[in-house]
Amino acid sequence: MMRRLFEPATVEEQAPAGKVVTYALLALWSLVVLVPLYWVLITSFKGPGEVDNGPFYIPFVDFTPSLEAWDFMLLQNYTLGPYLNSVVVALASTLLAVLIGSLAAYALVRIRFQAKLAGVAVFLILLVAVIIAVATFGVQWEVAVAVAGALFLISLLTFVGRTRLALGNSDVEFWIISNRIMPPIVAVLPIYVMFQQLRLLDTQVALIATYTAVNLPIVVWLTRDFFAGIPLDLEESAEIDGASKFRVFFTIALPLVRSGLVATFLLVLILAWNEYLLALFLSNAKAQTMPVLVSAQNTTRGPQWWNMSVLIVVMIAPVVVIASVLQKHIARGLLVGAVKG
Amino acid sequence: MTATAIPVTGAAPRRSWAEWLDRQSGRIMVMPAVIVLLCFAIFPLIISAYLSLSRFALAPGGFTLRFIGLANFRKLLTGSQQYHLLGKFGAIGALQWTIMAIVTGGLLFLLARYFLRGRATVVGTFGRLIATLVAFSLALVTVATFAQGGVPGTIVNTLLYVVIGVAVQFGLGLGLALLCGQPIRGRNFFRVLFFIPLMVTPVGIAYTFRMLADMQKGPFAPLLQAFGVSEWSWATEAWSARLMVLVGDTWQWTPFMFIVLLAAIENQPRDQVEAARLDGANGFQIFRDITWPAIAPVAATVVLIRLIEAFKIIDLPNVLTGGGPGLATESMTLHSFIAWRTQDLGGSAAVGYMLLFISTVVCVSFFNFVVRPARRFET
Repeated sequence: MMRRLFEPATVEEQAPAGKVVTYALLALWSLVVLVPLYWVLITSFKGPGEVDNGPFYIPFVDFTPSLEAWDFMLLQNYTLGPYLNSVVVALASTLLAVLIGSLAAYALVRIRFQAKLAGVAVFLILLVAVIIAVATFGVQWEVAVAVAGALFLISLLTFVGRTRLALGNSDVEFWIISNRIMPPIVAVLPIYVMFQQLRLLDTQVALIATYTAVNLPIVVWLTRDFFAGIPLDLEESAEIDGASKFRVFFTIALPLVRSGLVATFLLVLILAWNEYLLALFLSNAKAQTMPVLVSAQNTTRGPQWWNMSVLIVVMIAPVVVIASVLQKHIARGLLVGAVKG
Repeated sequence: MTATAIPVTGAAPRRSWAEWLDRQSGRIMVMPAVIVLLCFAIFPLIISAYLSLSRFALAPGGFTLRFIGLANFRKLLTGSQQYHLLGKFGAIGALQWTIMAIVTGGLLFLLARYFLRGRATVVGTFGRLIATLVAFSLALVTVATFAQGGVPGTIVNTLLYVVIGVAVQFGLGLGLALLCGQPIRGRNFFRVLFFIPLMVTPVGIAYTFRMLADMQKGPFAPLLQAFGVSEWSWATEAWSARLMVLVGDTWQWTPFMFIVLLAAIENQPRDQVEAARLDGANGFQIFRDITWPAIAPVAATVVLIRLIEAFKIIDLPNVLTGGGPGLATESMTLHSFIAWRTQDLGGSAAVGYMLLFISTVVCVSFFNFVVRPARRFET
């Protein structure tokens, strides 16, 4: 339908000169996109000799490609470990972020609720008190957290419920989304210390949890518009039939926004897959991910271009394939988010 | 909350528990997200605030933290680290005075217009005052460090990446989207192809561009040697090094602008375009009167998303140039990272907080003064 509307009928309308310019410009940008990728790909089939003796451009014509670098990186070196880490961390954190984020987004769009301002204030005050107690007075953090938790519960049960001032859905939503503005470098030091205390440093769990948190705001931002866009009556009739809100969410709302979820999932997956700074802090050997491994290739003998190219190729190949297949969903999903976000 | 007034009878407990659960389901659904963000955003932010106000030192058997007030910030803004964050100020001449006068005039004009409309609120005034002050200070630092004899610091470098990078990416993305939005063959091919750079890891892009830009062994080496510039290296000069970072960043992020703007262009009212064309409107008129109003809200939002991410840049300069030559390509995140590596945790947190402050003010201002009006414009 879309295709019939504006593809064939109007092709002749364009002046031939304009058409030539259009295609020339598009071809030029295609070259801009392809040349770097092509160079990485052929460099991965070169050896030290081919790289050092000046540029060679076409395999089999001006140099003989070899699989040496591939053999070295994939079979002799320990590349599969980081690769597996990257796969596990990216997939798990993306799944978690999409699940938690879409749950929150759905509730923020569909269910009115309030968070008492007094409760938030008490929580923050207790949090600051715990930090000061641990940092300056040397209280055991387990003790401080337990005491603060008890105090928070008591205040919830006693006076918080009687106060009036409250935060509505839109306040909570704005707060969640605004977390994305925070540069990760501000938060990464305390997160590092936190995982050190929990003895989770350099584990996949630490990376999964952190990536989930970092990408959560994007998920909420995008999915809230998908949920806002679906008609209410289906959900309402299910609720009249006695289905709980959770049931409505999982059996009716989620399936309706499938394509939007695919877009969100893919975008977050790419972000998690390519993330560098947090991985640099939170992993060093066991849980090392691919971006960190790639950046670590700059050895004292200078960068080993051929080995590095292999890493870059294996890193981008799967996402390029997945995203090329699904990219139409991405554009549409992002569009919905961008229009109303 | 008055439902408890219903008398509870024998079979009721289980049902009322289910009812309670259903009534609370909104909160329960939001709770995981809130807890995750509290643990990984709010809690770290508070600790970072504390760190930025203290001095960290390694001590036998661990470390010590000493509260030193605003000393870390003072060091960055006026003390020994000023050259690093703000840069070295040059001689301010007539040109610099003129630029600053224009900037000040513009900001005052915007403020005055707001007040003269007579709908000023306390929050609105406060927000505008902060935005004006930040804009003025950033302009001042930029102008002063670009003056004769000045050296830009990490704030100015970050601003360059953000402002120039986002502007160029938006321009290129919009241009490509307009080209692809025309009735051409192979649109889907271009759409898939142009999308690819977005998925390449920034670290990989940095190394790729180092390979490409290699003066002796890169693919363009023969070309450069023909022009006789093989002795020169882009990495040794401030502007060429910055340009390399910007080129890498643009290569990666233009696709993002392109893909969303193209989707927006395809969504514009088709009948209006056809009608305008029948009436003899040229391409520019159609763009100005139909396409641009239709895509303005989307355009404003993608720029906002890019702004938010652009402030966090670290991978490219770190791998491409290591922040050099000198400080020429060091972004604020890289600055903070380097401070962390040299055990200056307080300084690192202070730089991070400066970045948080600047990017929050810029992004929130952009949202309030550009994105919101653009959306209102549409509806």
